[in-house]
Amino acid sequence: MSGIPHDHYEPKTQAEKWVESRLPILGLIHSTLFIPTPRNLNWMWIWGIVLAFCLVLQIATGVVLVMHFNPSVSGAFASAEHIMRDVRGGWALRYVHANGASLFFFAVYCHIFRGIYYGSYKTPREITWIIGMLIFLLMMATAFMGYVLPWGQMSFWGATVITGLFSAIPLIGSDIQTWLLGGPAVDNATLNRFFSLHYLLPFVIAGLVIVHIWSFHTTGNNNPTGVEVRRGSKEEARKDTLPFWPYFVIKDLFALVFVLTIFAAIVGFMPNFLGHPDNYIEANPLKTPAHIVPEWYFLPFYAMLRAITFDILWINSKLAGVLTMFGSIAVLLLLPWLDTSRVRSGRYRPMFKVWFWLLFVAFVLLMWCGSQPPEQPFVIISQLSTLYWFVFFLVIMPLLGVVEKPLPLPETIEADFLARYGPGEEGMARAAISDPAE
Amino acid sequence: MTMLGKILLAAAAALLLAGPVLAQEGGEVTDFRFSFEGPFGRYDQAQLQRGLQVYTEVCSACHGLRYVTYRELGEPGGPTFTSDQVLAYAAMHDVTDAETGETRPAIPSDHFQTSPNEMAPDLSLMAKARAGFHGPAGLLFNQFVHGIGGPEYITSLLLGFNGEEHEQAGVTLYGNTVFPGGWISMPPPLTYDGQVTYADGTAATKQQMSEDVAAFLMWAAEPKMMARKSVGVTAVLFLAVLAGLLWYTNKRIWAPHKSRHA
Repeated sequence: MSGIPHDHYEPKTQAEKWVESRLPILGLIHSTLFIPTPRNLNWMWIWGIVLAFCLVLQIATGVVLVMHFNPSVSGAFASAEHIMRDVRGGWALRYVHANGASLFFFAVYCHIFRGIYYGSYKTPREITWIIGMLIFLLMMATAFMGYVLPWGQMSFWGATVITGLFSAIPLIGSDIQTWLLGGPAVDNATLNRFFSLHYLLPFVIAGLVIVHIWSFHTTGNNNPTGVEVRRGSKEEARKDTLPFWPYFVIKDLFALVFVLTIFAAIVGFMPNFLGHPDNYIEANPLKTPAHIVPEWYFLPFYAMLRAITFDILWINSKLAGVLTMFGSIAVLLLLPWLDTSRVRSGRYRPMFKVWFWLLFVAFVLLMWCGSQPPEQPFVIISQLSTLYWFVFFLVIMPLLGVVEKPLPLPETIEADFLARYGPGEEGMARAAISDPAE
Repeated sequence: MTMLGKILLAAAAALLLAGPVLAQEGGEVTDFRFSFEGPFGRYDQAQLQRGLQVYTEVCSACHGLRYVTYRELGEPGGPTFTSDQVLAYAAMHDVTDAETGETRPAIPSDHFQTSPNEMAPDLSLMAKARAGFHGPAGLLFNQFVHGIGGPEYITSLLLGFNGEEHEQAGVTLYGNTVFPGGWISMPPPLTYDGQVTYADGTAATKQQMSEDVAAFLMWAAEPKMMARKSVGVTAVLFLAVLAGLLWYTNKRIWAPHKSRHA
């Protein structure tokens, strides 16, 4: 499976040979578990395991919640309360599931920004990146529909606002909206289809996650230097890598448990901090909340949607806002081809570093503005941040590759690792063996 | 600072700003102290019992608690009445039997009434359905240390009547400094000290009654809070110890490959 030279699995016992000749699953497990991994991965490479855990956590808690949930406009809100009050441990299931979505998005944003900073999308990892972006889009769809299910005020009005976006599409927009909702307004039909899709999409995500892992196991991990693992021989590759087990499994497990400690504190001590109080009021189509606000993880994109308060040429402001919001993710998809730099890692790109952190600041500002009412100064801050988002991807990234003078790269991953951590006993022993030959 | 450090710091700041989205417009909510705030906070059983009394004698004239059952009054981590007391309390109320359609005295498995006054909102989730605190000073970790803010809002609201009245479209509105907009259609429910007589001898001042009923409504909205907090403490301790062990395991495994730790 991996393109990096390494020892392949050899079945030893009779039983292993029997299985392996019929289904090469042991070899698959072996090459996944012992895959050569760049030894210099830093702590930003732990979010993948957190994300995998989140997906399993959400599916596991979700499957049990469904057993007690009543997907109808008359029963959904009451059944959520039934889960919180009457189902044994139901409060834990629901709070973990609700906050689990937040952890999921927190981790995915860390994961994506890490990818941007270290150029993980650059050749030959474009497919890994695009699959990742598809997963991100599906996560947003899943989370949005999941938030509708408890049928609180924000559920209802959030669904009304977001599906209303489709009505901005010229000519067929309102037909599309009706088709999505299953009627003229958010109602029982909407709740039922969202429930069905909220259950289906996580399994599509799980499938894509397998492809995501498959593709980067083929290209090998990127690493903080962006320098590729040497592939001339097994010995060479071994100097740049360490097997996934135990080195990275234990490191990832530590990181995961550390993150979960904070997660447990949030679920245990302030489970409603990230939620909106209005969602504890049952949906009422006749009463619009004072401010309709999405969950925190949608705020940056919501801010971009609202930032377009003016018509752009012949496109009215509503449609332009929708196009801007979807465009902000489309530019992410195109990133592998917008980045013209020959150097992969931001560590060796002095100008890129500055622009990158500005992008991050713009993202945080957008998140903040999205939570505020649509008035000054939030409108102008949103507009400038949105503008910067697009300028970064469409102008700065293509230009930087031409104008920037990168810093010298380390020769190998081994050299980078040695410079940081020294040779260690293993390195000394290896040097002692190889020196006399020189 | 490393990339991880920068991201975590910025993300923490963003979450703190974006988390308690849009505290509603309204007057200042006073941060009353409740016994159940913070990771180790616990409901005060006597206070919940007094709060039930205020609810029963005052609020229940108009408001319901449709998601709460009578049996929950006897469960651990709440007012924890004895089963005889729960039976007696339930039997004081009439319910319409779901199967026979007949009116009969309630039993512990029945729910509290729905609001008798159609204009009066149900109070089951009121303590979680109102943003209590206003930013920006109140934002930082207020939920972690000071609780969700709903009981503070309820107490402040009950004490926030300024005595003014005006009529609008045939409805009398009452001036309230805490309610968004300044005018509420609920007449002041707690008007004088000693409006209820507490069995435990606590002086029933207006503030005492307001705090007691707010605490009771927090319990009604979150009856499993005690279980949640004790599970939370166990989970955090367990995970912290596990994280510590994994940290040293990781260090030990990598040690042969590193002469120093950068």
